[in-house]
Amino acid sequence: MQKIGVFVCHCGTNIAGTVDVKAVAEALGKEPGVVFSAEYPYMCSEAGQNLIKNAIKDYGLTGIVVCSCSPRMHEATFRKTAAAAGLNSYMVEIANIREQCSWIHKDIKVATEKAIVLGRTAIAKVALNTPLTASSSPVVKRALVIGGGIAGIQTALDIADAGYEVDIVEKEPTIGGKMAQIDKTFPTLDCAACILTPKMVDCAQNEKIHIYSYSEVESVKGFVGNFTVSIKKKARYVDETKCTGCGLCTEKCPMKKTPNLFNLGLDNRSAIYIPFAQAIPKVATIDADYCNMLKNGKCGVCSKVCAAGAIDYKQKDQIIEEKYGAIVVATGFNPIKLDGYDEFAYNESPDVVTSLELERLMNAAGPNGGTLLRPSDKTHPKTIVFVQCVGSRDTTDCGKPYCSKICCMYTAKHAMLIRDKYPDTEVYVFYIDVRTPGKNFDEFYRRAVEEYGVHYIKGMVGKVMPQPDGKLLVRAADLIMNEQVMINADMVVLAAAIEPDKTARPLATMLTASMDTNDFFTEAHPKLRPVESPTAGIFLSGVCQGPKDIPETVAQASAAAAKVIGLLAKDKLLSNPCVAHSDENLCNGCSSCERVCPYGAISYVDKEFRMPDRTTKIRRVASVNAAVCQGCGACTVACPSGAMDLSGFSNKQIMAEVDAICR
Amino acid sequence: MNNNLKEEIIRTSGVNVLKCMRCGKCSGTCPSYGEMEYHPHQFVYMVEKGEIDKLMDSPSIYKCLSCFACVERCPRGVEPAKIVEAVRLAATRRQGGNHLTAEEIPCIVDDDTPGQLLVSAFRKYKK
Amino acid sequence: MSMNEFKPKIVAFCCNWCSYAGADLAGTNRLNYPADVKIIRVPCSCRVNPLFILRAFQRGADGVILCGCHPGDCHYTTGNYYARRRMTLLFSMLDYLGIEKERTRVEWVSAAEGAKFATVMNDFVKTVTELGENKRLEDLRCKK
Repeated sequence: MQKIGVFVCHCGTNIAGTVDVKAVAEALGKEPGVVFSAEYPYMCSEAGQNLIKNAIKDYGLTGIVVCSCSPRMHEATFRKTAAAAGLNSYMVEIANIREQCSWIHKDIKVATEKAIVLGRTAIAKVALNTPLTASSSPVVKRALVIGGGIAGIQTALDIADAGYEVDIVEKEPTIGGKMAQIDKTFPTLDCAACILTPKMVDCAQNEKIHIYSYSEVESVKGFVGNFTVSIKKKARYVDETKCTGCGLCTEKCPMKKTPNLFNLGLDNRSAIYIPFAQAIPKVATIDADYCNMLKNGKCGVCSKVCAAGAIDYKQKDQIIEEKYGAIVVATGFNPIKLDGYDEFAYNESPDVVTSLELERLMNAAGPNGGTLLRPSDKTHPKTIVFVQCVGSRDTTDCGKPYCSKICCMYTAKHAMLIRDKYPDTEVYVFYIDVRTPGKNFDEFYRRAVEEYGVHYIKGMVGKVMPQPDGKLLVRAADLIMNEQVMINADMVVLAAAIEPDKTARPLATMLTASMDTNDFFTEAHPKLRPVESPTAGIFLSGVCQGPKDIPETVAQASAAAAKVIGLLAKDKLLSNPCVAHSDENLCNGCSSCERVCPYGAISYVDKEFRMPDRTTKIRRVASVNAAVCQGCGACTVACPSGAMDLSGFSNKQIMAEVDAICR
Repeated sequence: MNNNLKEEIIRTSGVNVLKCMRCGKCSGTCPSYGEMEYHPHQFVYMVEKGEIDKLMDSPSIYKCLSCFACVERCPRGVEPAKIVEAVRLAATRRQGGNHLTAEEIPCIVDDDTPGQLLVSAFRKYKK
Repeated sequence: MSMNEFKPKIVAFCCNWCSYAGADLAGTNRLNYPADVKIIRVPCSCRVNPLFILRAFQRGADGVILCGCHPGDCHYTTGNYYARRRMTLLFSMLDYLGIEKERTRVEWVSAAEGAKFATVMNDFVKTVTELGENKRLEDLRCKK
């Protein structure tokens, strides 16, 4: 016999303002099975919760219905209340009479009637609830960080600091990411390498951190606390354990005409290479597309000069399988391709460069040893034009609709550095808006204007026309002067929009983590859970979640690490008990459920059944792995024999709700 | 502020002026910029403010070459040239008949009118 | 019952992650929609068995609407695609049985689309009200 208690909340005047709560409590008190009915100003307050607890004890309630705000708000609260009073926490149902009733209806009569219907629907459901207990699963005390840029490095260091093992998977031969390519950082102008490389070294020396460089994630299986990940270690044709990073092979390699990707192809390197001097791990890698030995079997110079005998032309890709409790995505970004912007002549003239290319051109380890020279004729540029928002805030097909966030600041930085080093160079910045929200950011931009004399002109550049004399004629509208300006520039720098790395989309599919239309990972809540993916056990760090500058990236990286540590610190995870289960007597073994399950939670087992004629028979029946099942219910509908049902949302319960609404 | 005219311009051009983010790339790219009293970005802004009469009285509407560079380059897909064309059409309609006849054209055309404008006018009116 | 007084019974199935949150947001923003809409929370749109919808019509519902996450945004990756296919089949069968296509609907409402939720519900209630009472599938034995 069901003994149901009904608790109607006033929520101050939020509910009581448009719903006659007394009438609701009275009407619901007459519903079959209801033995107790009460109303109270704030059910979620301690006094309100005590009211519930006492009623459960005094009346021996078998189920309770709380008519209050959305279950998304306080379902967890009232479940705890019930559990504290000794009632199974899944014997609680919430009737949403605030968001879905009192707040949207103005007429008291209408709202009260609806509240009663919602209340009796919840009563009909709770009468069919069954006590559920959450099952627990162990947590593998090891984290995986995908991406070895500043975001991944910071997350890994913080997790390792808490005493947990961390693996970093980085697709390039070295960790460091985009920050390693940057020359100086705003707004303090300290050199990026000087602050990044100590962190890289920390990663390499920390015994809790293992770096899989030149590796990619191949597949991800499992669930929060227990992921199984296969990692492909790409063949670098050099034995990492033997190579000392002396660099002799890179000097002797005859294939010197290989584009240097670390310098964005602005100069050349050898086919066997170490990306940059402070690379971690400092191990050579052979570029198979250019190496003569790998392509034609002729050469072998590097193998001859290597004293450590580290070169191995026969090395193959290697698959490693590891188990992790949590996965952090830190896949980062790239500047967009500018092929769609013919008007800026990026593909026509080598003197039109992107901002990241300018970083390399100005870097002491870059192609010109730190002297800013025009790429075309290696002369000193006298006039430089910066174009902002190239591809950002652009709703056409080749652009990105969002603001890339970092361009205003790095352009101010570039302009300032150029004016500082070469005072004879005139610098023009064409902007739409200058966006500088951040600590000391606006002051930094104002310094560029006021102290360094950078010319800021409001208006987007319309066209860049390469001239026969090698100059670049820039045409733009000065919107404040209301006139068109022409500038004869030596170099044009385009602040290209940034986009998530191309590897992020397939990775999201592997992780079943959701992404927005721009391929940024979605967070579990845009304000309150910014570093977690909606998929449990997946965390987000850095630009993979949205454009960010370095301080923000580091802050988010540490936040993600804190969340991971919180997860790894648990010995067991309680799983959601609202999962599917099959009635083996009804299951006909058709595999329909197995095919629709997005998590692979359903498998088939052979089981012995006693038949009516006292014989036994082996039948193939579905079996649900409760730890893997997420409780979507796709299988319950696919099942033709009705064997599959979902705890907490059973067929009978939903039917009862339908009946109660239509009564 | 002329709301009827504003709605007419927005309807005939099919342009959503609210999409404009005021970057001025249309004016930066306009080859007729120097000839015009009101420039492409001003057309968009003035339509938004409802200042259509000023535009209709300005010779700027006949200086637009209809080269569609602004339409091609606008990062927000606003299509300023279509607004210019719509204002031009409104100006023509204000003069009386709804259509230009072939006989009327020689009287309007002077030597300064760009040839491309005529082509654009025919494209517009043949429909 | 005259048409002026006719108040349709509308059952709305909302997935927990997007549409139910969207309905909550409509409430938070105080966006009005008719009280005839009663929401049943399901974990995912794919949890909605066609039987539930048949049952609703049998018990006298005048319209049934199913709301889920936008395609590609399903919390369970593919649930809403299953729902879409199942409902396409079911609704064409219901149409054949004489339950007008306008009485059934699938809508994608995200957690951020409170305004869309209210608009959809207003529109759906209006459509169903114009169609009048559902008599075709109603099981008169259920009527007291």
